[in-house]
Amino acid sequence: MREHMANTIEQEQVSDIIRRATEEVFTTMIGMSITVGAAYVEQTPPEHFDGVVSFIGLAGDWAGTGSLCCSSEFACRISSSFLMTKIEVVDEQVLDAVGELTNMVIGNVKNEMEAHLGPMGLSIPTVIHGRNFAARSLGRDAWTVVPFSSGDDRLQVKLCLTPKERTSVHEHGVRPKAFILA
Amino acid sequence: MPLDLLIVDDSAAIRKILTRVLHQAEVPLRTVYEAGDGVEALAILKEKTVDFIFSDINMPNMDGLQFLTELKSNEQWKKVPVVMITTEGSQAKVMEAAQLGAAGYLKKPFTPDQIKDKIAGLI
Repeated sequence: MREHMANTIEQEQVSDIIRRATEEVFTTMIGMSITVGAAYVEQTPPEHFDGVVSFIGLAGDWAGTGSLCCSSEFACRISSSFLMTKIEVVDEQVLDAVGELTNMVIGNVKNEMEAHLGPMGLSIPTVIHGRNFAARSLGRDAWTVVPFSSGDDRLQVKLCLTPKERTSVHEHGVRPKAFILA
Repeated sequence: MPLDLLIVDDSAAIRKILTRVLHQAEVPLRTVYEAGDGVEALAILKEKTVDFIFSDINMPNMDGLQFLTELKSNEQWKKVPVVMITTEGSQAKVMEAAQLGAAGYLKKPFTPDQIKDKIAGLI
């Protein structure tokens, strides 16, 4: 992604925007402090996921996908703080809360990145919960990954954006995602 | 005077959080009605009278801008203040909402003080 974004925004700026947006949402809406780790570029997605993964599409002159990934336990902990209700298993409330969290984090990333990349629209988020599943965005571009932690729990916020002319497939400019139960 | 308030958002989480934040902000409330989209909101308004509305923009079935259009074209409802709450910060949508008659705009994430200030300025 570095080479594609270099003309308009630096990789470090992208990581910084993701960090600020995530910290603001966690502090303001969840009342939970999180610690940011070193951002990195992910060329190859993980083989399998366990836990909760969300995706949200961005479309404009630049298009792509934002994603949040965490364990089921952390998703329950975040949702419990978010909704001020004790939640111990991933249920409809957790999926809704993680979807809204994704909407806020990536929405705020989008708002800040529009100053560099032009206007973008945001899709409705998709949230998946399961064990041993694979998820792919059908493109070859790398993702910027910013890891966060709260105690022993981990959360990753990921973003993949490319100029519209490089995005394949369909009219809205957002590439489809594939989900495979392993 | 306690307010009757309507929250329109497709996320049950956001409806619940906004209700909690309103209590934290010590906004005097009598009843908080909830709707998942513009269609549900209009159905509630046909039955109940509200003093204030918070509405999301991006929703299925009938989005916040369509809902606002319907509301402002109705003699009975057009004076009810509507504040749009959304992550969608694009100037075009904010301007469109303002032109359609929205009384204000609040970006997620929001704090109790922001909610309180917004209501205080409009009631």
